[in-house]
Amino acid sequence: MQAPSSTAGNAIVRIGNRQALRDPLWLRCALIGVAVGFIVLFLCLPLGLVLYQAFAKGWQAYFQALSEPDTVAALRLTLIVALATVPLNTIFGIAAAWAITRFEFPGKSLLTTLIDLPFSVSPVISGLIFVLLFGSQGWFGPWLSAHQIKIMFATPGIILVTVFVTFPFVARELIPLMQEMGNEEEEAALSLGAGGWKTFFLITLPNIKWALLYGVLLCNARAMGEFGAVSVVSGHIRGLTDTLPLHVEVSYNDYDAVGAFASASILAGLAVVTLVLKSFLEWKAR
Amino acid sequence: MSIRLIDISKNFGQFAALHNINLDIPAGELVALLGPSGCGKTTLLRIIAGLETPDQGRVLLKDEDITGQHASRRGIGFVFQHYALFRHMTVFDNIAFGLRVKPRRERPAETEITKKAHALLELVQLDWLADRFPDQLSGGQRQRIALARALAVAPEVLLLDEPFGALDASVRKDLRLWLRNLHQELNVTSIFVTHDQEEAMEVASQVVVLNQGRIEQQGSPDAIYDNPVNAFVSKFIGQTNILHVEQNDAAWLKSAGLVFENPQGIYAHVRPHDIDIEKMSATSASPLILKDWQHLGSSIRIELVNPQLEGSGGSLYAEMSNRRFKQLNLNRGDRVAAHIRQAHWFD
Repeated sequence: MQAPSSTAGNAIVRIGNRQALRDPLWLRCALIGVAVGFIVLFLCLPLGLVLYQAFAKGWQAYFQALSEPDTVAALRLTLIVALATVPLNTIFGIAAAWAITRFEFPGKSLLTTLIDLPFSVSPVISGLIFVLLFGSQGWFGPWLSAHQIKIMFATPGIILVTVFVTFPFVARELIPLMQEMGNEEEEAALSLGAGGWKTFFLITLPNIKWALLYGVLLCNARAMGEFGAVSVVSGHIRGLTDTLPLHVEVSYNDYDAVGAFASASILAGLAVVTLVLKSFLEWKAR
Repeated sequence: MSIRLIDISKNFGQFAALHNINLDIPAGELVALLGPSGCGKTTLLRIIAGLETPDQGRVLLKDEDITGQHASRRGIGFVFQHYALFRHMTVFDNIAFGLRVKPRRERPAETEITKKAHALLELVQLDWLADRFPDQLSGGQRQRIALARALAVAPEVLLLDEPFGALDASVRKDLRLWLRNLHQELNVTSIFVTHDQEEAMEVASQVVVLNQGRIEQQGSPDAIYDNPVNAFVSKFIGQTNILHVEQNDAAWLKSAGLVFENPQGIYAHVRPHDIDIEKMSATSASPLILKDWQHLGSSIRIELVNPQLEGSGGSLYAEMSNRRFKQLNLNRGDRVAAHIRQAHWFD
C-alpha cells in the first residue's frame, strides 16, 4: 500500500513543479514569435535580398559584375588592407595585453581606456582625425607633400584608418583572459630556465591561442567591412582607392544594382564564414 | 648551496613589505620562513628566486652576487602555492619542460630526458600519471608533480611557497613527512614558506620567524620553542598563557609557583604544559575553578577561571596527558590549584 501511494505523490509533485515553472502558452508563443520575427525581418530578409538582387539577372551577370576590373581592384585593395592591418593589430594587441596584465606602470589605466577609444569614436570622426593629420591642410601635410609621400587618398591612408578603427579587437579579447590566468605558469617557466621568448611561445601562446584567433577573426571582419572611416580618407577613386564596401556604394549610386549586390554578396559571404568560424572558436575555447 | 641575504628591503607603494632583512642559510638546510599572512615571507622567497626585485640589498648564492641575475639563470627551483603546472601539457611534458628549454649545447638527448623524467616520476611515486593532464590530478598529486618538475633541472636551491597550503589536512600530514624524508635523501638547500607553526616545527631543521617585514628570530625548532626572544615569537609559536602581573593577583601567582625574581618584563608567558594541576577541596583558598576541558588527542586541555578576577584575567589553559587527567578525576566546577613550572617574561 505504501509504495504506490508514494509514487503517486511524486507524480503530483512533478506535474506541480512543471506547471509552476512554465509560462502560459500564449506568452511563450508571443515571445518566440517576436524573437523569430525580428531575426527574419532584420537579419534573414536583408541577407536573402542581397543574394536575390545579386542573382536577379542570372549567374552570368553576377560573375560578369564580379570580374569587372573595378570590382577586382576593390577586392584586391580590401585584401591588402586586411593583410596589412590584421598582423599589425595582432602584434599590438598581444603587446598591449601583455603590458597591461603583467606589469604595473604609471598610466596603465589610461592605456586601458585608450585602447577602447576607437570603439567609442564614430568611424567618420576617426577618418577626419587622419585627414587633419595627413591631409594637405593638415599638420604633416606640407612636409609629406614636400617629400612626395602620399598618404591621403591612397592605400597607406586607408590602412592607417583601418588600423585605428580595428585596434581594440585583439587586445580586448586577450586582456580579461590573461588577467584571469595570472602569470604563475610563466613564472614557473622562468624559474625552470626558459627565457622570455620561449616562455611566450611555449606557455603563454598555447594558453591564449583560441581567444587570440577569435580576436583576429573579429579584427579581420571589421577591417574588410569598415566603411565610414575609410570613406573619409579614400577619395573614392574608382579602381584605385575604393575598397569593397565603398565599391558597393558607388555601384549602387550608379544604378548598377547587380554590381552593387554582387560585391555585397562577397561581404555577406565573408560575414557568414566569420560567424561559423566564430562559433567554432567559441566552442573550442570552452 | 648556501644563501646569504644582505640588507634586503622591498616596498609596494606605501607598504613596506620587507625591512633590512639579513639572513644566512647554510647549505643543505631545510628552512621554514614562518609568519602571519602579510609578513613578507612570500615576497622574500620571490626575491631569492628572482621573481621580484628588491629595492635595496643583495642576494648571494654561495658567495656569488646574483641580485641582478635573471630568474631563468639562477638555477633556483620554485614550487608555487597553487602549483602552476602547465595546463596544456601532460604531466610528463611538464616535468621534461625544464630540460627541453635548455640551450642547445646543454640540452640532453630526448632519450636522456625521457629517462630522467621517468626517474623523477618514480621519485615522487606517480609514474602511472605520466600521460594525464594537470586538471585530472588531485591536489596532493599536483603538488608532487610540481616538485618533480622543479627538481628536473637539478636546482642548487629549492624554494617552496606554502607547499601544503591548499591540501586536505590528512594529505598535508603525509606530505610533510614525505618532504622531510625527500630532503634528507637529496640534501638540496630548501626554503619553504608557511603560516602554520606546527608545519614549520615538524618539517624544518631551521625556522625563521618573520613579522611585519622583519626577522624576529632564527634558530632550530627547539631553540625557538624553548627560548622565544620576544612576546611575538612566544605567542606565535605554540599556545601560551599571557599573564599581566599587575592586573593579576600577584599573591596568587606567587603561591602558584611563578618565580618573580628579576622579572625582565610585566607579562609572564606560560606554556599550557608548564602548568600542573592539583584537585583541591571545595573550601580551599585556591581561587581557580575548572570550567571545561577539550580533548586534543594525545593530551587534554583544561580551561581554568578565576571568579575573583572577572573580566580582567580571562581563562588560564593547562595541558596534561590523558593518563594524568584520568588520575585527577576532575569534574566541571571543581576547585583546583595550579603550579607554574616555568615562564618567559616580556614587556
